[in-house]
This record gives sequence, structure tokens and C-alpha cells, in this order.
Amino acid sequence: MRLEIKDIQFNYGSVPVLEDISLGIKGGEVLSLVGPNGSGKTTLLKCINRILKPKRGTILVEGKDVTRVGLKELARSLGYVPQSALSSFPLTVYDTVLLGRKPHVNWKLGERDKGIAFGVLRLMELDDMALRLVSELSGGEKQKVLMARALAQEPQVLLLDEPTSNLDLRHQLEVLHLIVDMVKERGLSAVMAMHDLNLALRFSSKIAMVKGGKIYAAGEPRAVLNSGNIREVYGVETTISSDSGRPYIIPLTSTGKTSRTKVVSKRMIREDLTLYV
Amino acid sequence: MASKTEAVEAKEAYAKLTGRKVLFILVGLGGVVALVLVATSLGSADLGVSSVASAIAARIFPFLDLEVSTKVDVIVWGIRLPRVVLGVVAGAGLAVSGAAMQGIMRNPLVSPFTLGISSAAAFGASIAIVLGMGMVGSEKYLIITNAFVFALLAAFLVYGLARIRGMRPETLILAGIALMYFFSAATSLLQYIATKEELQTVIHWLFGSLTGASWENILIVVIISFSCLPFLIKYSWDVNTMVAGDDVATSLGVNPRRVRTVYMALATLITAGIICFTGIIGFVCLVAPHITRMIIGADHRFLLPSSCIMGGLLLLGADTLGRTAFQPAIIPVGIVISVIGVPFFLFLILRTRKEYFQ
Repeated sequence: MRLEIKDIQFNYGSVPVLEDISLGIKGGEVLSLVGPNGSGKTTLLKCINRILKPKRGTILVEGKDVTRVGLKELARSLGYVPQSALSSFPLTVYDTVLLGRKPHVNWKLGERDKGIAFGVLRLMELDDMALRLVSELSGGEKQKVLMARALAQEPQVLLLDEPTSNLDLRHQLEVLHLIVDMVKERGLSAVMAMHDLNLALRFSSKIAMVKGGKIYAAGEPRAVLNSGNIREVYGVETTISSDSGRPYIIPLTSTGKTSRTKVVSKRMIREDLTLYV
Repeated sequence: MASKTEAVEAKEAYAKLTGRKVLFILVGLGGVVALVLVATSLGSADLGVSSVASAIAARIFPFLDLEVSTKVDVIVWGIRLPRVVLGVVAGAGLAVSGAAMQGIMRNPLVSPFTLGISSAAAFGASIAIVLGMGMVGSEKYLIITNAFVFALLAAFLVYGLARIRGMRPETLILAGIALMYFFSAATSLLQYIATKEELQTVIHWLFGSLTGASWENILIVVIISFSCLPFLIKYSWDVNTMVAGDDVATSLGVNPRRVRTVYMALATLITAGIICFTGIIGFVCLVAPHITRMIIGADHRFLLPSSCIMGGLLLLGADTLGRTAFQPAIIPVGIVISVIGVPFFLFLILRTRKEYFQ
């Protein structure tokens, strides 16, 4: 197993946000976490990355407990792609991507680091905007820069928080194809929080449905994303059509009885954000 | 092969960009030297730039055997140069503190002064002036030590308050602003009960000026600033990751809380070490990093040293103007830098691409 998550529990104060989460993922696999807003997808990603500290449970990357390795060492195996590029200061695309070499470098950047950063830019077709400011780019380009930074870390596992949420149709496909290609070519593993069930269905090798901080169902995408599970997790009636040759989930109506999940606002979680280092 | 040549081109373009930043630093250093010479030559007794230069060189390179009259030597080394050098050093120190604070708070509106450091220093100085009470030192140093100690005290309070909530920028800024109001009110109270003479001294201290410059002051400021600067530079790349958020910094292997604490301590120390001698010179630590960022961007590895240069130029320029424009009256530099600096800064804001502020 590349990444093993065992019995994770995370609390905000006394409110459990994640309970009994156990998942495993191998090299070459893309695992999508799906579930309603506030179900704990982002929290789980942050626990894996040691941004948040779980109350209980262990997370192993390549067999090593993430709490036992230094932050820097961890950053060499885990690349994190946040939902949006937040920055109040102008930094060029290249300088941003170069930050991905941070965990590998003490002070002086070597030619190798610069080469890797350029390589990633070329791979993502960002090289012609290398010297532009990130703040000048479009949403899709920004997302690609964030991915490029994570790839420059040369991680074994990519953690992506809703990588398609701010993108147009074309960029959604581009970014997801890129993730899947990287995973296949380099034998990486990817864990991504997803909202679009159809994209999750199409691009994942495994899906875990999260509901109220627990895994409701996990396994092969087509088996997990069925009408019954979607009704239970989202409270939405769907029909699954296969007219186009691949299954497509069409939402119909929301059922009256939305199985209410504990929604702990993200803000509250942030308040409690305890980095443990 | 096409992609290979493209890569070479991109690398060259980046090297060029880096070269421009280095060039900015070199030209800036040259500018500082030139401005020091010009500023020292200006004043009631007219000295030429060349006689100033040889007076300075005569003492730095005694083996040159340069001929300098005692009068020129006294004016240059005894009167003008301390003030000019303090201007450069104080400007550099305040600017780098500002750049450091803005970086770790991810907020371009922050300066050491937003965190209550200046108003605490003002309160400390006012206690010494009005009540004649102080922590340590004889009468002569009472104002200085009081201002220094209170500035550090404010930083400790802000740090203590913010620690409870995990050292997040928002908490730090709010705690700092709260303290700023508190100390301002306390200073106002002291002004209210002060005698006319005391009040005048307090107000003059609050203006901020380089009048009290001496080689002794300069030595202390230089020692403090130069021992802090290497640590600021050491963590400057870490700050680049923090600008994108604490989560991102953590995911890149940086401990944002530690960097933030170290930076805050160093920036406070530098600021306190300067303003205890000069009084409140506020604007330079907000504006010098901004101007520098507009020119060379926000990579803190270059921004910190470049801000030093920009701060030194701005403060010395402003003081020279305040010293010479309305002779024989001398306008305190704290006033000049705001009066001249604000319109200049607004002009820059209006000229800059809007993306800069997003």
C-alpha cells in the first residue's frame, strides 16, 4: 500500500468531524472522495498532510507513520494541491512552481531543481507564461500552476482538494487527464476530493463516499456510485443512463428526507486549526 | 529538439529577470552612496560633494594622506554624517521590518506599527518625559530605554494573545490593533496631565526625527539590525510559501508558526532599536516594501535586501529635504516622509496594474 489510513478520528472541539475512516491506496491509483459539503473530505485530506492533527488513528505513507517523519521529509512524498491560489503578493509562475522544490533544498537552489521546475512547466504547457505573475492568470491556469508546484515536489502521493471546482469544461477535462496521466506514467497515487460525480466516475480507479464524517461506501466507481447510495448520501434521486457508452448520472429531484449530515462549518474547523509539528 | 531550445530560452529569460533584481540592488547601493555624499554636502555651510568625499575618504583610508581642513572634517564627521548615516540605517531597518511583517501576515497593510509597537514605544517615552519614571538607565537614557522596553513589551503581549489561537495572522493583527488603541489612549492621558514643556517634548518625540543622531546610536542600531538581518534572509524563502497560506506552507515542509514567531521577534527588535532613538517614523516601513515589490516582485529573497536599500534612500531623501528646504527651519523627517511619501505612493498605486492588488 502506498497510502494507508487506519481508524482516523478527527474532532472539532467535542464534535467529531471524521470517525473510523480507513482507506488504502496503491501506486497507480486515483481515489476520489465524494460526499456532500461538510462531510469531511477536505478535513481528511488535511489530516493526511498533517495540516490537521487527528484525534485517533494512524496514517502511513509508504509504510511510514506521517506523525513520525519531519514535515520536510513528508513534503517529499506528499504533494498538496489546495482549492485556490491565495496570494496577496505578486509572485511569478516560475517562482511559485520553484517553491515545490522547497522540501528538497536547504538554501541554495541547484541547477537540478531549476531543471525540474522548468520540466514541470513544459509538461503542463505553462512555459510560455513562466515569468508572468500568478495573479494575472485565469482560474484554470492558476489551478495548473498549483498542480505544477505539487508535481515539482516529486511526491509519491498527490492530494487534491476539488481540483476542478473553479474550472470551465475544457480545463476540467484537461486537469483530470493530466492527473490520471501522471498517476499512470510515474506510478503516483492521487487522492482527490470531488464534487462532480460524473467526473469522479470517469477518472477514478476507486471511490469513497463520505457521509457525516464516515465512509458510507468505498470501492470500484461503478459499484459505489449507484442510485441507492447517492440517494442515501446526498438525498437526491438519480437515474444512471448509459446512452453515450459510459454511465452518466442524471440528478432528478432531491428527496424530502435529506439524510441530515453533521455540517461543521469550515470556518469553525479553521479556528481550531492546530498544526502539530 | 524544439522543446529543448524553448527550455533554454525560458531559463535564459528567468536568469535575465534574476539579473535585473541583482542589478536593482547594485544600482540601489550606488544610489545610497551618491545620496549620502549629496546629503552630507548640503546644509548651512556649503561644502562641495568632492570635498565631502575626500573628508570621508580621509578617515576611512588614512593611508591615502588626503588633505582635509579641520573645519570640513568636523562638519562632515561630527555634525552631518551621523545624521545622514542614521537616516540610511534607520530607513533600511524600518523597511526590512515592514517587508518581513507584511510577508508573514500575508497582508500588505501591516507594518510593525500596526502591531502596536510604535504606540507602546510612544507610551514608554511619554512616561519617561512626563512622569520621569523609567525601567533602567540614567536620565539621559530614560526615554530611549523606556521606548525600547515598551515596544518589546507590546510585541510580547501580541505574541501571548496570538499564541492562544495558534499564531494566525488575523489574530496577530487584531491583537496588535487593540494594543495600539490602548497605548495611544494611555499616551493621550499622559499628554493631558503633562505641563506645557513636557507636552512639547512628547509631541516632538512623536513626530520622529534624526536630530539626536550620534555615532553611538548608529553603532547600536547597526549591531541590532545586522545581527537580525541574516536570520530574516535565512527564512526568506520559507516566507514565500507562507504567502500562499499556512496550509500550503505546511504541505511544503515549512512550519509557518515557527517562521512567524522568529520573524516577529526579529522585526520587533529592529524596529524598537531604531524608534527608541528617532521617535515614531512610521510611513517608511509600510511604503518602502511596497515600492520595492512593485519594481522587483514579491520574492522575499530579493525583497528583503532591496527593501533595505529603498528604505535607506527614502528616509535619507526625506530628511535631507526636511533639513534643507526651509532653512534655517528643520522639519522632522517623520512629517516630511508622510507629506511627500503619501502623494508619491498614491501615484504609484494608480499607475500599477490592478492585478498587483488581487
